[in-house]
Amino acid sequence: MLESLLGPGGLVLLRDSVEWEGRSLLKALVRRAALRGERVHVLGCEVSEEEFREGFDSGTNSRLVYHDLFRDPLNWSNTGEALPGGPLGVLRALCTRTGPGPVTIALDSLSWLLLHLPCTTLCQTLHALSRQDSRPDDSSPVERVHVLGLLHEELHGPGPVETLSSLAQTEVTLSGSGDQASAHILCRRPQHRPTHKIQWFTILPDFSLDLQGGSPLKSQPHPDPRTHPVDPTSHLTFNLHLSKKEKEAKDSLTLPFQFSSEKQQALLCRGLGQATSHIFYEPDAYDDLDQEDPDDDLDI
Amino acid sequence: MFPELNDLLNASPDRAEPGKLTLLCDAETDGSFLVHHFLSFYLKANCKVCFVALVQSFSHYNIVGQKLGVSLTTARERGQLVFLEGLRSAVDIFFRAEGKAHPLQFLREAKAASLQPLYEFVREALEPVDQGEAAWKRPVLLVDDLSVLLSLGVGVVAVLDFIHYCRACVCCRLQLRVLWRTPSPPAQRGRSLTFQYKIQDKSVSFFAKGLSPAVL
Repeated sequence: MLESLLGPGGLVLLRDSVEWEGRSLLKALVRRAALRGERVHVLGCEVSEEEFREGFDSGTNSRLVYHDLFRDPLNWSNTGEALPGGPLGVLRALCTRTGPGPVTIALDSLSWLLLHLPCTTLCQTLHALSRQDSRPDDSSPVERVHVLGLLHEELHGPGPVETLSSLAQTEVTLSGSGDQASAHILCRRPQHRPTHKIQWFTILPDFSLDLQGGSPLKSQPHPDPRTHPVDPTSHLTFNLHLSKKEKEAKDSLTLPFQFSSEKQQALLCRGLGQATSHIFYEPDAYDDLDQEDPDDDLDI
Repeated sequence: MFPELNDLLNASPDRAEPGKLTLLCDAETDGSFLVHHFLSFYLKANCKVCFVALVQSFSHYNIVGQKLGVSLTTARERGQLVFLEGLRSAVDIFFRAEGKAHPLQFLREAKAASLQPLYEFVREALEPVDQGEAAWKRPVLLVDDLSVLLSLGVGVVAVLDFIHYCRACVCCRLQLRVLWRTPSPPAQRGRSLTFQYKIQDKSVSFFAKGLSPAVL
């Protein structure tokens, strides 16, 4: 299902977190769109153009147009290099079609835009951006527009996140277990029930997607080659080891409640009926051995 | 700098990595020993350091630095260290003539909306001057600390914008002359390791959780 994320048009929301970053998946989807021949526009707010293009082959890079909002988004340098209109101007400029053919717009990131623009303005612009394909008065064939938005959900409250989520046709929440990443995909199509799927995946160094079938096998955690495993038996305040003599003494010790064969023989021998004890009694002068009245309290 | 911490981070002054943003966080404890570590680390690595110090005075950092083997006074005199002493220069705002904006200009504004003057100070401090600057290696910016800015009324977005511009300037633009780049493998989960530590007079010792002789 991860491969078909770019199938229907509209907004694809990639929700990532500090623990499971989503930029690699965004780059993988950008590469996939470029390989299909689409033009890709990237609105880059969080990383430099060099860093975003790193890892892409030349074919992908040639189809990628990078709108740089990283170097000087707020026009602090006053050199005139900043993009006109600021972030909102650039976003609105993307809304106007620049040519035929399907186009993919990647927003890196929606979080940055949400922090710098009012939520309502951003939502309205996003709606206009992803709805470019449905213009009834246009006689040209409908071309799909895919909008990929990266959202760091830990930065925002539930309100803006849910608002953006309601705008999205597809939502991908990144998670994982151990070293393996997973994508929880929620797909909304009109007049259909929403579909859920969990897809385990790996992103290879050239940003191609390697999809795994089910959940990963529980593998042994690999020891980190960089760190030296700490020896827990060093620097202790008590002795954990036994000397050879102590080991021998320990092995030859019989436990008090252990039922050995010698004990068994001793118990069996006692049951043969031999008298093993005698009682010697010498009565005193005052002792009265009257069997009928041993307590001497009957007034007979 | 603390040698044990260098081992843990796999770092050394003669191979200080360029283009990195490191965030030091402490919660319910005092992480200031990390600031002293990195300050002495980068001074020993012969880097040009801009230190925005909002928490302590210059002499405090100097005294601790001397225990770790660096002299901030000497570094400042020979131009290796640019030091913004926030506690002292905050008062200067009120007694200076109108002119260029002071780095801590936001203290005078009713609505502290932008840290642009502070960014301009950092940029000018770390811009290489053509003559005689070839001695210093890559530029380093240290801020101690960002939560003071929040306490002084600066908004979170303004602090994020300041860090954004510093990152664009220090990590990217001023690195364009460096031809060597480390390729970063994608989707590599950041490994997180947890250690406990004990601070002594001149050193810090690190050990795996629960294995300190003091604990056992």
